[in-house]
Formats: sequence, C-alpha cells, structure tokens
Amino acid sequence: MGYLIIVGIIVIFIAFIWLLYNSLVHSRVRVQEAWSGIDVQLKRRSSLIPNLVETVKGYAAHERELFENVTKARSALMGATDAKSAAEANNQLTGALKTLFAVAEAYPQLRASENFQKLQSELSDIEAKIAYARQFYNSNVMEYNTKIRIFPNVLLAKPLGFKEADFFAATEEERADIKVSFAK
Amino acid sequence: MFGFVVLVAAVVEVFALALGLGHEAAIIALVAGSIFAVIGYYSSSSIILRMSQAREITHDENPDLYHIVENLCIGSGLPTPKVYMIDDSAPNAFATGRDPKNASIVVTSGLVSKLEKLELEGVIAHELSHIGNYDIRLMSATVVLVGLVALMADWFLRFTWFGAGRRPSNRGRGEGGGGAVLLVIALVMAILAPLTAKLIQLAISRTREYLADASAALLTRYPEGLARALEKISKDTEPLEVANKATAHLYIANPLKDHKSWLNNLFSTHPPIEARIKALRAM
Repeated sequence: MGYLIIVGIIVIFIAFIWLLYNSLVHSRVRVQEAWSGIDVQLKRRSSLIPNLVETVKGYAAHERELFENVTKARSALMGATDAKSAAEANNQLTGALKTLFAVAEAYPQLRASENFQKLQSELSDIEAKIAYARQFYNSNVMEYNTKIRIFPNVLLAKPLGFKEADFFAATEEERADIKVSFAK
Repeated sequence: MFGFVVLVAAVVEVFALALGLGHEAAIIALVAGSIFAVIGYYSSSSIILRMSQAREITHDENPDLYHIVENLCIGSGLPTPKVYMIDDSAPNAFATGRDPKNASIVVTSGLVSKLEKLELEGVIAHELSHIGNYDIRLMSATVVLVGLVALMADWFLRFTWFGAGRRPSNRGRGEGGGGAVLLVIALVMAILAPLTAKLIQLAISRTREYLADASAALLTRYPEGLARALEKISKDTEPLEVANKATAHLYIANPLKDHKSWLNNLFSTHPPIEARIKALRAM
C-alpha cells in the first residue's frame, strides 16, 4: 500500500514537471517570435539610415554632428545582441532622428525633396510599427516572466534552464525633450 | 457551441421518431445536412464579400488604412488579413473568414473618410479582435448551424406532408397514441427550433461584441478612440445599402438603423450602442 502511494507521488511529480516544462517552452517560443517581430522593424529602420544621411548631406552637408549621432546610434543598434542593448540603441536612434528631422525643417529645399519625404514617412511608419511590436513583445515577456516567478514554478524553472526575458523598454531619454541646435 | 450541436441533433432525432423513420433516417439527414453545412462554412466568407460588393484594396491604394491594419496586427501578433472596401458613405466595418490566416477586414469608404485616425484605429482593432478571438469562426459556424436547423425543420414538414399516407403501416409496430403526441411535439419544434436557434445566435453575437470592444481597448490602449468612433457611427443616419438581415450581425454597428423596441432588442444583433460606449468610457 505504502509502496503504491510513493509510486503515485512520483508519477504526479513527473507529470507536473512535464507539463511545466512544455508550457514554459511554449511561452519562451512566443517571446522569441515576438522579438523577431521587433527585430524585423529594427533592421528595416537601420537599412534606411544610410540613404537618409546621404539625402540630407546633399542639402545640409555642414550638419556634421547630426550625421555622426545618427550613424553612431545605427551601428550601436546593429551591434546589439540582446533586448536590453537593442532597446537602448533604438531609443538613442529615435532621439537622433527626431533631432535630424527637426533640423531639416530649416532647409526648405530638403523638405521639398521627394526622396526625403518618402524616407520620412517610411521611417515614421516603422517607428509606429516598432511601438506596436514592442507592446506585443512586452506582453509576452510579462506572461513568460510571471510563469517563471510564481510558486511552485520558481523552484523548477531555473534548474530546467529558463531565465527571465528582458523587456524592451522605452527609456527616459525617449520621453525627455529633444535638444535642437542649428550648427551654422 | 457544444450545446448548440446537441440541440440540432436532438431536434433531428425527434423529427425522425415522429415520422417513425428510426435512428438511421436521423443520421442520414444529419450527414446530408452537415455536408451542406461544411460547404457553407468554407465558402461563407467569399459569399459574404461578394454580397457586400467589397473589393480588395492594395497597400498603395490606401497606405494610411493599410498601415493601421498592419500596425495593429503587429501589436496583437496576428497575420495581416486582406483589406476590403465597400464604396458606401455609411460608416461601418466587419471582419469575416474562418481563422486568422484566412481572414478579411472590410471597411466602407465612409468609415475611412468620416473618422479620425485614432477612431479608425479603434474600429480596426475591434475587427481584429473578432479575428483574434475566433469570433469570425464562431459566427460562421453558428450561421451554418442555424441554417442546418432551418433545413431540418423544412425537411420534416415536407416529409409529414408527403409521408402522411404511409404512416398507418408504420404504426403497426405498436407505438399507438404515443406517436401522435410525438408528432405534435415535433411539429411544435419544427416551428420553434429555427426561431430558438436564431435567438441563440443573436445572443452569442451580442456578447462577442462587448468582448471585441474590450480587446480593442487593450490593443490600442485608448478606449476613447473606439468610443468616439461608435458615437459617430451611431449618429450617422445613413443606412448601408449592401447590408441586409443576413449580414447585419457581422458589422461593428447595426447597419440597418432599426427602430428601438423591446422586440427589436430581443432580435437585435448588437447590444445598444450607448451601453457599449458607456462600458468603454468606464475602462
């Protein structure tokens, strides 16, 4: 009798680990999938930057600092390996682009350029898409992290090799005002 | 949903018993009806799109609308559905299809021109929620089941008519007076079942509207946009010409502009719009 109870407990324990493991794998895959949704947009964004810089250079070649900031943020974004650093680099790029577009207001010829207008509207569309992809990603991360943290999962998640995922955060930098300087 | 299927099966069984035809007849009728139903299920969305005179639009025709759909799909993790437009100035929208991979969103040209961007986002998010919550499948399936009940009732009435002369020989099996009672019950059911099925469908439709409103608010994080859109749509007095009783339940707001009354509430496909706006504003 006692023997049967012990076997029963072991079976239940194994079944619990089995189900927990599968549900954590599902959640993690969903997080990775959501991340690829952000990644696609980030790549699109970085690929447009050189074209944008060239276009603006044609009209405002002396705004050197501006180009440097944008290019620096872009290479940081392309070199980012995890969600945290990608989020930081992306927010930096958002700031640099905002400054660039604000400065561009002072160049009517640039503003009238068809190529520039196209790039501007495409970039603002990508920015909106990144915001939505971030929303989807973060809600998946929240679900996954919660699953890892609740009891009794918390006792088993780590030994099974599940780590909490990073949120893709909008930093203070993005919310703060953008400084606009006209280097003349 | 499961209860609905059981209801259909029970109705058919009673019909068959009343006719003295036995279980086999019930099964044959159900199989034949189900084949109709499956065909209807797979072709329903293309029929609906054609009935509504909707035409597919591409990215370049209306990039703003397309971007809204794309962005909200990214936000909800759904594949981008096909976007259709109805050339009608009455503002309205609906979604159709079997599952997220085979889904379409339909908007009227009036919706795009009369609503602000944030309001349009709310409406599109509402329709995407219908897709994400599998309401489009549920609605297609209920439409099919309602049709099935109607079909069975119809067959039964025809059978009693033509088979009336044959029955005395069947009665030799000893059913006696019970058969007559069963026949009366079956007749009543033949009349009431399609009506009941329709009422169930409408009740499902109404609850799913609230759910889609809530999901839309979660997706856009801005319930006020959808609330204002609903306000505008309800204040617009123009009826949508391509909508009819069969497709009215699909739209975000009743396109037929019925009068309000207790009976119309019971038969209405949508909860009262004021209640929906109030629920959205309370979020």
